[in-house]
Amino acid sequence: MILEGKAWRFGDGITTDHIAPGRLYHLRSNLSELAKHVLEDADPGFASKVRPGDFIVAGSNFGQGSSREHAPRIIRMAGVGAVLAQSFARIFFRNAINVGLPVITCRTDKIEEGDLLRVDLAGGKVYDVTKGFELEVGRLPEIMIRILQDGGLVEHIKRHGGLQVLM
Amino acid sequence: MGQTLAEKILSRKAGYDVRPGDIVVVDVDWAYAQDGTAPLTIRELQGLGVDGAAKPERSIFFIDHASPSPRQELSNDHLFIRQFARRTGSRIHDVGDGICHQLAAERYVRPWDVVIGADSHTCMGGALGAFATGMGSTDVAVGMALGKTWLRVPETIGVRLVGRFPGWGDNRETTAYISAKDLVLYLIGRLGADGAAYQALEFFGPGLEALTIPERLTVANMSVEAGAKVGLFPSDKKTREYLKGQDREVDWLALEEDPEARYARLAEIDLSRLEPMVARPHMVDNVASARTLKGIRVNQVFLGSCTNGRLEDLALAAQILQGRRVARGVRLVVGPASRKVLLEAMDRGYIKTLVEAGATVLSPGCGPCVGVHAGILGDGEVSLNTSNRNFQGRMGNPKGEIYLASPAVAAATAVTGEITDPRDME
Repeated sequence: MILEGKAWRFGDGITTDHIAPGRLYHLRSNLSELAKHVLEDADPGFASKVRPGDFIVAGSNFGQGSSREHAPRIIRMAGVGAVLAQSFARIFFRNAINVGLPVITCRTDKIEEGDLLRVDLAGGKVYDVTKGFELEVGRLPEIMIRILQDGGLVEHIKRHGGLQVLM
Repeated sequence: MGQTLAEKILSRKAGYDVRPGDIVVVDVDWAYAQDGTAPLTIRELQGLGVDGAAKPERSIFFIDHASPSPRQELSNDHLFIRQFARRTGSRIHDVGDGICHQLAAERYVRPWDVVIGADSHTCMGGALGAFATGMGSTDVAVGMALGKTWLRVPETIGVRLVGRFPGWGDNRETTAYISAKDLVLYLIGRLGADGAAYQALEFFGPGLEALTIPERLTVANMSVEAGAKVGLFPSDKKTREYLKGQDREVDWLALEEDPEARYARLAEIDLSRLEPMVARPHMVDNVASARTLKGIRVNQVFLGSCTNGRLEDLALAAQILQGRRVARGVRLVVGPASRKVLLEAMDRGYIKTLVEAGATVLSPGCGPCVGVHAGILGDGEVSLNTSNRNFQGRMGNPKGEIYLASPAVAAATAVTGEITDPRDME
């Protein structure tokens, strides 16, 4: 699958508190409302600027902190096609795959806000169309590729009847 | 070949010798969720087409984050959780019982267990020699539905502890101003917030015997702040004594570190050289010694949380606050980690001492740590907490500033109104 969209830049150490803050705890069972506030404390107004298919491009340790899966869910609900980062925090990374949000580990330092990016998920390639360079992409473990292809963990289990098929 | 504690536990569960990088499917001994993550866990379970858990007696729900509920939306989430637990026979701990990880340590987690929890500080169970790790709601839903989960066997960073905390002696529980919190803040500062990402931490060495189980819980709890999957301790005679104190000595099993274990990295820490440490806004690895931060005024001090809301923490704070008063203009908010902690702290007079000194005592639970209620900061306000995170917005206001420190630093700071090394008090 080829995705194309614009880059929105974020720095290092974006936390799940930036993405889905505790002061909006009461919206956790109302994700469409919570999604209107996605990343608000890192970039106010992000939810209204981002267009379907755009990418979040961040530095290191994206998604550190709480295990709240609401964070990748509302990023996906906001229309973000994938998150590209130098590195991801472990729980966020796993959650993102589980909810069908592509997460791509690559060198993001040369990508600037507004760059047009083309991402080939299956082929594992990121191309910065604006600047004309291609990036090496870290490969997902086989299990995660299959979960992502099935559209998330619940769909994966429904399709295959359990986790044993992952062995 | 030698094995790390993580490899030992996962090998036994998998039924063969695992290596770092292997993907294993293992039985889950305990799966749990709290009120912020449980509603989604339950909806995902139902999305799987099951309305219940494979092992309901091993599936636990905790109402601790927004507890008692401050808003109708959260009250309705609580209703949803209670109804599900009742209908399916799952365990539930309701308002006032305490924080999930503390109750897990008091009542459930055993050495050699695999524990998954929909809360990142589930890794606290590593203090008792369990492979305990935080996951999202969907992973925990699947763990509950199937009684299994998948894990990547982590590489391990070995942390060798030598020496004794300064002041270590017969009265250690109530006299030490330098403790496990300073150790773990120092370690996180050294490793960095992602220094142990995707890896396990394993603590061993001659300094280990200086650490009580409550202190090991503090260290294991914050392992995730260096990105670790779990912070593991061996299960030794201290573990056995602790479990005996919880009326479950029967759950004890030895888990010994292997001198031949292969670590991805080794770090050594001399406990005798530690000082009271503080993490500055807005990152946990942004640490400095308390003395260098003297003069920074605070509006609030939070003594509590799964990191440092235990009896020993309240005892130390009560000792410092005995005969003193909380500084004018400072709010001291105390959150006992569990009902058991609160009862014992009442029996021993700690609560009376704290309240007489000017503290406010909350119901056992997460309190202000997660920014839902009970201590949300105003714009520009500063809080010094014994909890585990100081991220921007963590306490409910992105314009607030949070410092993290030990109970001793917290109590000293409450008295003076500015960040204070307890050794510098008159």
